[in-house]
Amino acid sequence: MAIDCLVLGAGQEVGKSCVVVSIGGKRIMFDCGMHMGYHDHRRYPDFSLISQSGDFTSAITCIIITHFHLDHVGALPYFTEVCGYNGPIYMTYPTKALAPFMLEDYRKVMVDRRGEQELFTSDDIMECMKKVIPVDLKQTVKVDSELQIRAYYAGHVLGAAMFYAKVGESAMVYTGDYNMTPDRHLGAAQIDRLQLDLLITESTYATTVRDSKYAREREFIKAVHKCVAGGGKVLIPTFALGRAQELCIILDDYWERMNLKVPIYFSAGLTIQANVYYKMLIGWTSQKIKSTYATRNAFDFKHVCSFDRSLINAPGPCVLFATPGMISGGFSLEVFKHWAPSEMNLVTLPGYCVAGTVGHKLMSGKPTRIDIDKGTKIDVRCQIHQLSFSPHTDGRGIMDLVRFLSPKHVILVHGEKPKMALLKGKIHSELGIKCYDPANNETVQVPSTQTLKVNVTKPFVKKQFSEISTHTNGKLECKSTEAWDEKKILSLLQIRDERVAEAILLMEKSKKARVMKEDELLPNLGLKEHKIELGYCFPISVQISSTRFQSNASDTTSWLHELFLKVTIEDEFNSVQEYSDHLKIGSFHACLCPKERCPLRNDELKEGKPAIYVCCTWSLNDEKLAQRVIAFMKGLELGIS
Amino acid sequence: MKLTCLSQGKGFYFPPSHVLDICGFKILIDCPIDLSTLTIFSPVPFDYNQCVEAQISSDGDSPNSSSGSFKRRRVEKYLEVSDLVCAEPWYKTALNWKLTDVSLIDVVLISSPMAMLGLPFLTRIKEASAKIYATEAAAKLGCLMMEDLVSMHAEYRQYYGPAESGVPHWMEELEALSPVLREIVLGKENTNLGHWQSMYSGCQRVHEENSDTEGAIYLSSSSFVSAHAMDFDYHSLQGNDVIIFSDFSYLHGGKVERKSVGHGSLDLSCSAYNEREAQMVPLVDSDEGSEEVDKLAFISSCIVNTVEQGGSAMIPIGQLGVILLLVEQISLSLEALNLKIPIYMISSVAEETLAFTSIIPEWVSKQRQHKLFSGEALFGHIDLVKEKKLHLFSGIWSSEFVTAWQEPCIVFSPHWSLRLGPVIHLLRRWHEDPRSLLVLEGGVDAELALLPFKPVAMKVLQCSFLSGIRVNKIQPLLENLQPKLVLFPKDLESLLASENMNSTPLLYYCENETLRVPRLSDYYEADMETDLAFQLKPKRMRERDAAMARLRGKLEIICGKYFLVSTNSSPDASQNQLLHWGSIDPDLLLAALKRKGIEGYLRKDTEIAEENYLVQVEQPAKAVIDISRTRTVISMTDNTLVANILQAIESVVDSI
Ligand SMILES: [Zn+2]
Ligand SMILES: [Zn+2]
Ligand SMILES: [Zn+2]
Repeated sequence: MAIDCLVLGAGQEVGKSCVVVSIGGKRIMFDCGMHMGYHDHRRYPDFSLISQSGDFTSAITCIIITHFHLDHVGALPYFTEVCGYNGPIYMTYPTKALAPFMLEDYRKVMVDRRGEQELFTSDDIMECMKKVIPVDLKQTVKVDSELQIRAYYAGHVLGAAMFYAKVGESAMVYTGDYNMTPDRHLGAAQIDRLQLDLLITESTYATTVRDSKYAREREFIKAVHKCVAGGGKVLIPTFALGRAQELCIILDDYWERMNLKVPIYFSAGLTIQANVYYKMLIGWTSQKIKSTYATRNAFDFKHVCSFDRSLINAPGPCVLFATPGMISGGFSLEVFKHWAPSEMNLVTLPGYCVAGTVGHKLMSGKPTRIDIDKGTKIDVRCQIHQLSFSPHTDGRGIMDLVRFLSPKHVILVHGEKPKMALLKGKIHSELGIKCYDPANNETVQVPSTQTLKVNVTKPFVKKQFSEISTHTNGKLECKSTEAWDEKKILSLLQIRDERVAEAILLMEKSKKARVMKEDELLPNLGLKEHKIELGYCFPISVQISSTRFQSNASDTTSWLHELFLKVTIEDEFNSVQEYSDHLKIGSFHACLCPKERCPLRNDELKEGKPAIYVCCTWSLNDEKLAQRVIAFMKGLELGIS
Repeated sequence: MKLTCLSQGKGFYFPPSHVLDICGFKILIDCPIDLSTLTIFSPVPFDYNQCVEAQISSDGDSPNSSSGSFKRRRVEKYLEVSDLVCAEPWYKTALNWKLTDVSLIDVVLISSPMAMLGLPFLTRIKEASAKIYATEAAAKLGCLMMEDLVSMHAEYRQYYGPAESGVPHWMEELEALSPVLREIVLGKENTNLGHWQSMYSGCQRVHEENSDTEGAIYLSSSSFVSAHAMDFDYHSLQGNDVIIFSDFSYLHGGKVERKSVGHGSLDLSCSAYNEREAQMVPLVDSDEGSEEVDKLAFISSCIVNTVEQGGSAMIPIGQLGVILLLVEQISLSLEALNLKIPIYMISSVAEETLAFTSIIPEWVSKQRQHKLFSGEALFGHIDLVKEKKLHLFSGIWSSEFVTAWQEPCIVFSPHWSLRLGPVIHLLRRWHEDPRSLLVLEGGVDAELALLPFKPVAMKVLQCSFLSGIRVNKIQPLLENLQPKLVLFPKDLESLLASENMNSTPLLYYCENETLRVPRLSDYYEADMETDLAFQLKPKRMRERDAAMARLRGKLEIICGKYFLVSTNSSPDASQNQLLHWGSIDPDLLLAALKRKGIEGYLRKDTEIAEENYLVQVEQPAKAVIDISRTRTVISMTDNTLVANILQAIESVVDSI
């Protein structure tokens, strides 16, 4: 069976992340985001591709939201309350607590400021969030009897998680946005070494390799300090949560150390209320920030106060955090209009702005005049500082994650087409892993692991691993099964060996199929082996001396012994073993024939010449060996002293 | 697998402790201290006992010499204050340190903060190398409790001076102890002191231990969770009930072997392993939840009545969840009555503990989690502290405390044994005040605990809180979990008799005995890749409803699970010998030979045994087939004929 990935958003672009994965008969929607750059139908994923009938609840097993950014959760209230999806929705505790903030802020911008028709109401947001089942990191959640999901820490923003999903033996990870290096308030992404058929990863910075972020933080602080020292105003457009808190920790800390008195403001969308959540959820931040909970919670900002519209044109320097980010409209745009014309002021922009936003325009070249809409043009004389640190992993981090997880297939989403193509090539050539970068509304199909459940016997496992354990230790000890140390084997999490396991699979009615060693089969069935062999009885000439005749009693054993001595000096047959009544090389068995008329005998003895008969049997395996031994023996003449 | 029950525990404060031996892996489950045994010691300072004080002063500063006071053998019926041991306390753990080789323990699993108080005893042994796993929240709360324990114990150290080296004098003179105390020391049957340890100097090492293994803590909890087969919903079990099953099947490569250990409610004085929300705050939506709510409301009303009448209330309860709820409840009642009575919380870790409870939304009950999602603080104490209704102090010796102190008041302070912490000083202040109230927990021997504070005129309210699963919940739980086997404490066997338990096989275990848990299967479960399955060429058996196939693949272990996967390597040509079984019917063989164009007949020979046959082949060449019950030999002849004869034989006998 295959895994089908229908990419409804973030295919060769950043925005409206949404991938619907069909795996082992289950259908999971990963993220349900909106696109900031569009104001028409393109802002939401095309949900009609999931179900023609519009019965999304039966079409989808569950929704998993990775983090509270709008490009990952922005369409969720629309999908649940307007499209009518009523099934389970999973996200981490912080995401459940913080997503409503982002959604409400966005809704307000959409309706109050831009005057658009609202696509969902405040009540819709509340109703939608009630359906959300919160999950903790590393908690395995059984969505139903077959589907298991588990969240892993992703860094990026508070509560961001990568999600692992498993049905039967088919397993995959959807990363959402993640950061492989720790930042000011969050740790780095962490995941177990999982067996995966598929990894779907973001690729925002597919080809960028970044150096230390502390140097870049210093650049930011320097730019802000220089501006306020010169009496200018700093506008930091951000979304309500995430970057705002991260930058604020940096500034609050710097203000404290430098004893600065310039006010830092939070605009209305960034209520201090958000910090209440951050304080409670401090357990999801980096170790360093976490340890401040008992003394002074790092999210108790000392120098921050709330902003009033009347302060826009107040004299004197200040720093203002205003929503929405990327200056996509709303209050940050309003402030931008007032502050942009002065060269004393500073606007900071994130490393990435969605096409169509003012932020994007500011970043492309150095425009001196920006068209906001038909009637409004703004002269831009202020300084622009582009933040060069980002909560996303860089290209090297993506490669590290792919290498660490070594999935069978990789799908890239959440990036820019040309860069994704380069990364795709690199993953394929350097790691030898099949990689895809589908566009929106395309489906990628990858094969998945499928297995049958069987029982294996203990002796079989023992045999396989006794060989391995002695082998891996590089010891030349005998491969005794007694040496098999169960404890040692179990302590190795992963054992892979190229050694071939030979076994027999036994399938009995109404029993689970069993895999066993060949020699276990017949005892298990209560049966006896029936050997099939070849046989031949032939004469060897002997010289009978007079002394020999007298010691006639022991002739059988002495002839056999003499035969043994002749055979064993031959290099080819030196493995021959002597027993009281026969000789043995492998399965080849030879004795002096006691019978008068042996059925295996067809050469008749030459008249008059003394000879003894040697009766041989061997298994089909040793046919060639037997031929050579017989030819050799036939050429012998015994009894010559 | 073997289970050794070290201790069945004594409720919330002394959870059960077990050692599991799985294929040679030794896993210690929980490492608690039985703090109820502290009652044998006399609290310090001991100045209200004139007799002993006189002795200490007359014998100089050495506490050793005071042992003379209890050298005579006691036979009296009633205990007196002077019967208590005047020495720096030692601590009794579940583990017998004399009988256990701790270097053999591979892993320690900690299920609740209470269950880790004995860990420093383990980690201070050089040979101990076990990895310790706990959830982050349990580890943090447990460390806070250890810190508090160490700081409270320090008061004894201050009083008695530096610790005695070696075994304390009272242990060497056990016969001098009163029988009641001696039984506490030795247990009912036990006759040695192997469970006793002197106090650790601090929990620094445990701290390190935790930070060292933090990554591993997560890892392990994840594998456990994944192995849990959590097809059961904790919340359907009505939350506060403690879930008690542990599943180690992942070690067996998928062999399902679930077991439940140690059930019982507090009333049965048998507690269980705490999982997730169990330790924090009881839920409200179940029947026992509402019972708990009623109980808390009653206690709260008693406390409020007390302060209304000018008395003070002392609440030395150790269950954090109960404390948090009581604080909220009491402050609401006080507010309703417009009473301005201060609530004090006095403990060296009070502030940090409360701060920690407000940052672990994942671990609180669903009702509390709603507070997170609506942006409110998880517990009322944050606002109460801000409004100066709740005051946190690290001890009673600070000047801030002295300034803030006013009576009547309500004090939450350790320790419930009444032998450690600020509670000793406050009881000495209030014990003769009939208006004051002491709230004790059920399970505490109030008579013994209060002995040093006699005469006691203050009211004592003793109540127990739910901290385990109720017997009537066991059956629904097992129904939900569908375990293959359940291990259950032997002495609780009769409790199950009334329950309808016929569906689940039960094994009973006893304290200090090792129970061998039978293997449920002789096999390991493995996953065979479909690629490999498609390569198989199954063959039916002649006389049975079975089929079999030769299998060539690779056996791999990934995360404790076995996988059979296909291999590209070509089979070894020399290994093409088939395995045959059964006997050959000579008539069938002759017919089969005929079909191949081989003519032969049965030859009787005097030299052949009765059950053997000789088939003489004449055409196309001469050959003999010598058939016995377990062996057939074909005389050497030309290769084509041999091959044809073999094919004929294959068609009349089973082979693979
Ligand atoms: Zn994001
Ligand atoms: Zn994103
Ligand atoms: Zn012969």
